[in-house]
Amino acid sequence: MLSPELGHYALALACVLAFAQAVVPLIGASTRDIRLLTLAPALALGQLLALLVSFLCLINAAVTDDFSVQNIVANSAVSKPLLYKITGVWGNHEGSVLLWILILGICGAAVAAFGRNLPGILRARVIAVLGIIAAGFELFCLTTSNPFARVWPAPMDGQGMNPLLQDPGLAFHPPILYTGYVGFAVPFAFAIAALIEGRVDAAWGRWVRPWAVAAWCFLTCGIALGSWWSYYVLGWGGYWFWDPVENASLIPWLTGTALIHSATVVEKRESLKIWTVLLAIATFSFSLSGTFLVRSGILNSVHAFANDPARGIFILALLALVIGGSLALFACRAPALTSGGFFAPVSREGALVLNNIFLCSICAVVVTGTMYPPFMSLLFDRTISVGKPFFDATTIPLALPLFMFMGIGPMLPWKRAQLWPVIQRLWITLILTGLAFAISLWGVAGVFPALSCGAAVWVILTSITDVTERIRLFRMPLSGSLQRARGLPRSVFGTALAHAGVGISVLGLAVMSQAQHKITEITPGTTQHLAGYDWTLEKVEQAPGPNYTAMTATVKVSRNGHLVAMMHPSRRSFNAQHQTTTEVSIHTNLLADLYCVLGDQHGTDANPTYVLRLHYNPLAPWMWLGALIMAVGGILSLSDRRIRVGAPRRAQSAARTVTSP
Amino acid sequence: MNDTHDAPPSSPLRRRLLMGVPLAGAAIVGVGFARMLSGMQKGSFDPHKINTPVINRPVPDFTLAAQPPGTGFSAQDLRTMTKPVLVNFFASWCIPCLAEMPVLMTIKKDIELWGIAYKDRPENAEGFLRHSGNPYTRIGSDREGRTGIDWGISGVPESFLVTPGGIIRWHTATPLAPDILQTTLLPLLAKLNSP
Repeated sequence: MLSPELGHYALALACVLAFAQAVVPLIGASTRDIRLLTLAPALALGQLLALLVSFLCLINAAVTDDFSVQNIVANSAVSKPLLYKITGVWGNHEGSVLLWILILGICGAAVAAFGRNLPGILRARVIAVLGIIAAGFELFCLTTSNPFARVWPAPMDGQGMNPLLQDPGLAFHPPILYTGYVGFAVPFAFAIAALIEGRVDAAWGRWVRPWAVAAWCFLTCGIALGSWWSYYVLGWGGYWFWDPVENASLIPWLTGTALIHSATVVEKRESLKIWTVLLAIATFSFSLSGTFLVRSGILNSVHAFANDPARGIFILALLALVIGGSLALFACRAPALTSGGFFAPVSREGALVLNNIFLCSICAVVVTGTMYPPFMSLLFDRTISVGKPFFDATTIPLALPLFMFMGIGPMLPWKRAQLWPVIQRLWITLILTGLAFAISLWGVAGVFPALSCGAAVWVILTSITDVTERIRLFRMPLSGSLQRARGLPRSVFGTALAHAGVGISVLGLAVMSQAQHKITEITPGTTQHLAGYDWTLEKVEQAPGPNYTAMTATVKVSRNGHLVAMMHPSRRSFNAQHQTTTEVSIHTNLLADLYCVLGDQHGTDANPTYVLRLHYNPLAPWMWLGALIMAVGGILSLSDRRIRVGAPRRAQSAARTVTSP
Repeated sequence: MNDTHDAPPSSPLRRRLLMGVPLAGAAIVGVGFARMLSGMQKGSFDPHKINTPVINRPVPDFTLAAQPPGTGFSAQDLRTMTKPVLVNFFASWCIPCLAEMPVLMTIKKDIELWGIAYKDRPENAEGFLRHSGNPYTRIGSDREGRTGIDWGISGVPESFLVTPGGIIRWHTATPLAPDILQTTLLPLLAKLNSP
């Protein structure tokens, strides 16, 4: 029933529906034809339905081991566990493009379903813009990356999957990350619709923000999950390598973070409008470029996708159409957008402008560092690589002032604020931060790590102070404070939580710079000392696995004679792929990770020695915990009453806009 | 940015130009990418290529112990040669090296081959050459890999063409294959031999 042919057909059908979705609502919007406008949501839902059928067909082919499908042959095998047969569908180029398109379809349908309180014309235009993007990428999928292509004669078994990808963390990393990337298509579509309409106002800011926040939450989780995966699967003891693929996810995250902040200025003060529109375009443009340029092979990355320059040219043409088209529209229409009023430098909006300046500077630095090697190679034929030293030296000095203003910003009132009352309310926080900085200067090696620790503590404390000040905790009876807490909008808690999450992540990153490690070659029975722990290699055993053979070590970790953990790092040799993976053993108490990797076997068979890599990673779990807290903060602010209930209305001057009945 | 964007337009033209800046920037980057992609298709641009700073430089100083069945050599030996020498880094643990051996056997009549066993136990390297055949005139053992670092190798096999006087003229970080011989190495040798 769910044959690959049906899937192929459904994909083609989705492409046709997307073209209709791209054209019909735009005609309806310009001729003010309500019948055409009302077609937009129906087309978006229809496209999603077709994509769902197509995706289910591919999953069905993978689950039923249909080796007449090229994609399944190349990436699956009979012996692969069921979970990885399903998740392996998006573990390769063709399948991941289909997943990307499916998520875009879900975004379009979500605007159709949840955008009922939008003016009819705006909603139709937003859906049409999403339709244009979908049509382009469905065409790309059909013509250059068809996941349903057949092979004949069909082989008996597939080639299997890269063993590194057989991991639950990576199985769910792509859908979450892609939802983040693709989610920014909705703010992008809103920006284009606003440019076509020639009108950006407070209501627009309020409509855009929830979509941007939702996408941002997914992107945050996606990045954290990817980083966590590389930490515990690759076994290098690192968590971020400034690899082009990682940067490709960080860049839209930075501009997206700037976007969710600047959109509040549009919403509250009708200011920064053109800038916000540009950020919305830039964020999605960076998401698009990042996801697809990585696959063209231009960026030299450890993340291998099947690189194909021919595919790259199609992608580049598509990018030129979407990004070039939107920026051309911006160049034409943005000068005509009406400007908002001035505002005082010391105010909430002033702090948000600083936030934008610093975030965008960091983004510019990361873009430069990522693009420098290929452009040097193109222009001057010189091979260079840009790595951690560059990014550390440039991003940290820009991030520190950002953290400083981040603490004060939420406490400043809109319009016109005074710095002095805020500092008065923050004096306890200032003293505590100073204390924390002093302690970290003493306990942490290096000025920047110590400064980062201080900044992280500052961000966490100010976000707590923000809430306690608002509910006047300890200044009035507790019941009164609780009453006030209940009355506070949830977005206040969301902001505080997200900011605290940033602080927790930064604290984790700063303290992680103090990680210790040691590489040794020892015989079983010997003990090594690292970070106050005694690590004893007790024994190493060979054990067969389902499609690999494993060499597993038993490492006893004790401290002052007390047993802390028994760790079992191992090495797996996959015979089919001629590949060895390391299974890192991690023991965590949430304050520090003990991290142990088993390396090669040396020495004679009678008297073997083993390479053992031992790491002590203080506060490592906080890096990802902080990201999770940031996302929870975002979700909390999404549940704010203003977004759930309040159907924002445009000002009376909006009479010229037609609203659907 | 609020000052420039949201202030009343002082000059409409300036404002228009400012709004065109993102498009212009994106266009420049886009053209760059297009040239990279077309370069990749034609083979003139390779982002994964590692260029070697040792080309046209004298060989670094080293003295290598003998690796049976050959005799060891030093940088001085290379400098005093009167014919070009192809220095080839290999190891018994390296599968591409094994695949490269038949090619080396065919070109040893065209050029003298000196081998360097990189990070390898002498007994393993000796066994490797007994099985695959020995194309080398002299063989040095770089047990610790120090010489390899000085030569700037990123892996094995790698080959360096050293001309009389000890100057490195050509280098490849890939296993030698018949097409590299025909298109690059042999024409280069012909040019060097007929000045």
